[in-house]
Amino acid sequence: MSLDAIIERHRGREGPLLPILHDVQATVGCIDTAAEAAIAAALNLSRAEVHGVVSFYHDFTATADPRPCLELCRAEACQARGVEAMVAAAEAAAGDRVRLKPVYCLGLCSVGPNARIGDTLHARLDEASLVALIGQA
Amino acid sequence: MNGYTPQADFGTPEVSADTVVTLTIDGRAVTVPAGSSVMRAAAECGGSIPKLCASDNLAAFGSCRLCLVEVEGMRGTPASCTTPAADGMVVHTQTPRLQKLRRGVMELYISDHPLDCLTCSANNDCELQDQAAAVGLRDVRYGYEGASHLGAEADTSNPYFDFDPSKCIVCSRCVRACDEVQGTFALTIDGRGFASQVSAGQAGDDFLSSECVSCGACVQACPTATLQEKAVKQIGLPERAVVTTCAYCGVGCTFRAEMRGQQLVRMVPWKDGKANRGHSCVKGRFAWGYAHHQDRITSPMIRDSVDQPWRIVGWDEALDYTASKLAAIKAQHGARALGGITSSRCTNEETFLVQKLVRAGFGSNNVDTCARVCHSPTGYGLKTTFGTSAGTQDFDSVMDADVIMVIGANPTDAHPVFASRMKRRLRKGAKLIVIDPRRIDLVHSPHVEAAHHLALQPGTNVAVLTALAHVIVSEGLADEAFIRERCDWDEYQDWARFVADARHSPEALEPVTRVPAGELRAAARLFATGGNGAIYYGLGVTEHSQGSSTVMAIANLAMATGNIGRRGVGVNPLRGQNNVQGACDMGSFPHELSGYRHISDAGVRALFEGDWGVTLDPEPGLRIPNMLDAALDGSFRALYIQGEDILQSDPNTHHVAAGLAAMELVIVHDLFLNETANYAHVFLPGSTFLEKNGTFTNAERRIQPVRKVMEPANGLEDWQVTQALANALGLDWNYTHPSEILDEIARLTPTFAGVSWERLELDGSLQWPVNADHPDGSPIMHEAGFVRGKGKFVVTDYVPTDEKTGPRFPLLLTTGRILSQYNVGAQTRRTANSIWHGEDVLEIHASDAENRGIGDGDWVRLTSRTGETTLRADVTDRVAPGVVYTTFHHPATQANVVTTEYSDWATNCPEYKVTAVQVSLSNGPSEWQEEYADLTARARRIAAEAAE
Repeated sequence: MSLDAIIERHRGREGPLLPILHDVQATVGCIDTAAEAAIAAALNLSRAEVHGVVSFYHDFTATADPRPCLELCRAEACQARGVEAMVAAAEAAAGDRVRLKPVYCLGLCSVGPNARIGDTLHARLDEASLVALIGQA
Repeated sequence: MNGYTPQADFGTPEVSADTVVTLTIDGRAVTVPAGSSVMRAAAECGGSIPKLCASDNLAAFGSCRLCLVEVEGMRGTPASCTTPAADGMVVHTQTPRLQKLRRGVMELYISDHPLDCLTCSANNDCELQDQAAAVGLRDVRYGYEGASHLGAEADTSNPYFDFDPSKCIVCSRCVRACDEVQGTFALTIDGRGFASQVSAGQAGDDFLSSECVSCGACVQACPTATLQEKAVKQIGLPERAVVTTCAYCGVGCTFRAEMRGQQLVRMVPWKDGKANRGHSCVKGRFAWGYAHHQDRITSPMIRDSVDQPWRIVGWDEALDYTASKLAAIKAQHGARALGGITSSRCTNEETFLVQKLVRAGFGSNNVDTCARVCHSPTGYGLKTTFGTSAGTQDFDSVMDADVIMVIGANPTDAHPVFASRMKRRLRKGAKLIVIDPRRIDLVHSPHVEAAHHLALQPGTNVAVLTALAHVIVSEGLADEAFIRERCDWDEYQDWARFVADARHSPEALEPVTRVPAGELRAAARLFATGGNGAIYYGLGVTEHSQGSSTVMAIANLAMATGNIGRRGVGVNPLRGQNNVQGACDMGSFPHELSGYRHISDAGVRALFEGDWGVTLDPEPGLRIPNMLDAALDGSFRALYIQGEDILQSDPNTHHVAAGLAAMELVIVHDLFLNETANYAHVFLPGSTFLEKNGTFTNAERRIQPVRKVMEPANGLEDWQVTQALANALGLDWNYTHPSEILDEIARLTPTFAGVSWERLELDGSLQWPVNADHPDGSPIMHEAGFVRGKGKFVVTDYVPTDEKTGPRFPLLLTTGRILSQYNVGAQTRRTANSIWHGEDVLEIHASDAENRGIGDGDWVRLTSRTGETTLRADVTDRVAPGVVYTTFHHPATQANVVTTEYSDWATNCPEYKVTAVQVSLSNGPSEWQEEYADLTARARRIAAEAAE
């Protein structure tokens, strides 16, 4: 779907900015400065305002990264359950092929360490299962 | 005002409420309007709660965590800026617990802030420094080894201020000032958490490339040296401040001229200024460097013929030379061969003296003013319909408007500080109707969208306004009760029959106006039924062959809908220049003495004759265009021009040049050798608004003091030069201060009867009429009834202009202004403002450009029946197909070579806004541009040897 079509789809609703940004990120893989400017003009916002929102959320990126992405929780509960000891192995397994992205809490604190690929959550990871997961990503 | 003290800041905005609450703060009882914050209440009773993110021109934000207080019976330590004061509240602002908390917060701020106070440009003018002292910070336990922003690079792209993020505490005051005060939304916080930083625009932008309009609100809001004027960095902090009035547009912002000796360090908008309420634009705030520009001429100069180089002479020689020439011409050709032009850029007192010099000294009524070419139709139209040649409201009134109609005005460019107020009201829900051929920024910009944009064909204002009236009358939306009570009912009925005629329906007029009938009907219904309706208009209304008709059509519309005589409504001309209103009030027109009283009125004349000890000519004199015509006939021979550049600003440059060249004596009194001076024989150096005392009257009839902050570079204030010329002619004038001229104006002008310099010192400003009936002035006019008695409906037949498109000239040119430049640009072109607008460009629609093989940025030739010029094309959809647009700021372009001599039927205000033109690709300047460049080079020569 083109940028214009995404904007048109959401323009009439209340608070259209975030739904548009989600769709652009999902479709194009990023929200670049040209997209920010086009969205700003369409919604009567300034370029700066749209950029402020885009840069606030980690899930919105200015450039596309086509690699598969594994989000590994590094927050307190997962730390307590041993995630930090697995990081070196995870990085080695990911290499340049997989993007390893730290996140802070996936909401599964009692069953960590946790990770996410796309919309799928993976709990109770140990080093072996994490490395295997990265290998399948 | 002596010494330098920063302006007071109460932390959160003033609240107006019907009820009050009483609370106790640190043992002191204080009563404040309900809804006021605890922080404001504390400030009102003389206390001071530490704060960083709060400022009384911004909504409370509650982010800096420094203003915490303890409230008895309340848990925790709430932020005083976001906690409303309540009856019976007991607040403690200074306790050991609070001190510990505040010190801890400050410690975190300072752990990421350079400790270079001694060498910092904000040293001794820094809120962070003050608050660190206030909370008693003694130590930073965290050290400076960890991650920090201390190495962040400064953005120096703006010509007037720098942004140094290494000093930023991310309080968001700049971002909020840009949003709430200016309404541009050019700044944001980029990123989150520790990575948060203030960002202009998007990634890759700097301040200059962002949407920033350089109004200075962020610089004023910054509590550190992060956003700092370059001038303060170079010169140092000011040591005194003088309150004065800006000399650019008709908004009339009040500023504190912050000085160091005779040197101006910065202009900071004055929070108590009633026109600007503490806000400013790029011109008034920053573009004052022209006052010291190397082009400024500070010595008188004379020459016998314009072929000769200028000869620098002393004041006495210049004045004697001028007086003897004037006397000789008068002796040979009579008084009516002499005339003068007053300036809307000069003070009321200076303007009054020039017209007095012409009437009492020259002995003719050949005095006119540059308002001739801008708002003379406003004077005529509003006097005819309401009885007063002035706008009906104050600027504050816009905050009560529900439907705002903007006609032929571009406030965000031409009246930016008022536009910010208007946008604030629009963001709160007022509806907007824009009637303009061009898609001005108000039509669609961040957080502002016009409900209706009627993009009419230039020259069809009267048709559109009549069609609006047609809908209102024929659909029964007129306010009959108001009309019966306040207006002449018979005249209304005549008018109602006229507009209700089927030939005035939006559908019938659509082929002429090109405004879709449905859109026009919707706009009319909104204006008539949407609550308080306020009309704001500019030169897009007046500068037409039917300028006066349009003003009267606007007045009709306001009366028919009952939108006159209270807050939130009214008819508001946005005056182009700082003192257009004043120059008109002061009797600058050839047919009127001060206060708009006709020269043929023997009683009025007797009043002035008695005071001045002369006999006045009862016949109205010549208007500017008539002076030029008469010069070509040989009957008009000498002209004194104060502070106006008629060659660049008046229409049909060839004709102006020919008229000036035919005169025996042209006296130019100005800061610079302007374009008109190319044809002058005497140059009298002028003084800037920083160098003189006097008063300006802004668009809301507000008389405001202009105060001298430095000695005139030329040695004399402008009123002193006019007085010296008068005395050289044998008059005996002995004014020692403009206040004495103001007293004379008050003595001779009923609407100014209560105005005096002392009164202005006391009240800050006064809105005329100020007299026995209105001792404190008149923010809103026609409250109890129209000045003329009954409001007059005038039938306004639409008569198309004689300037028509055809095969040779198929496009319509309309002209206007841009934010960063001001009129002929004599001042702003001599400042860094040219970084935003270095040349005039021609806006042309993509389809018109494509037909002609014109690409964006191409050099094009703009030709009309009158003349031609060349400039670069800006291919855009801001203008409709068939319409082109340019500005007239640059003498290299001289847009007025192209404009015609058609003018308003009642006042001769030129029809700048409609010229039939053709546009084609060009490969070089026009013949006139080349000739004129040669002439300028010759005419500006100054002989090397000085006279003395």
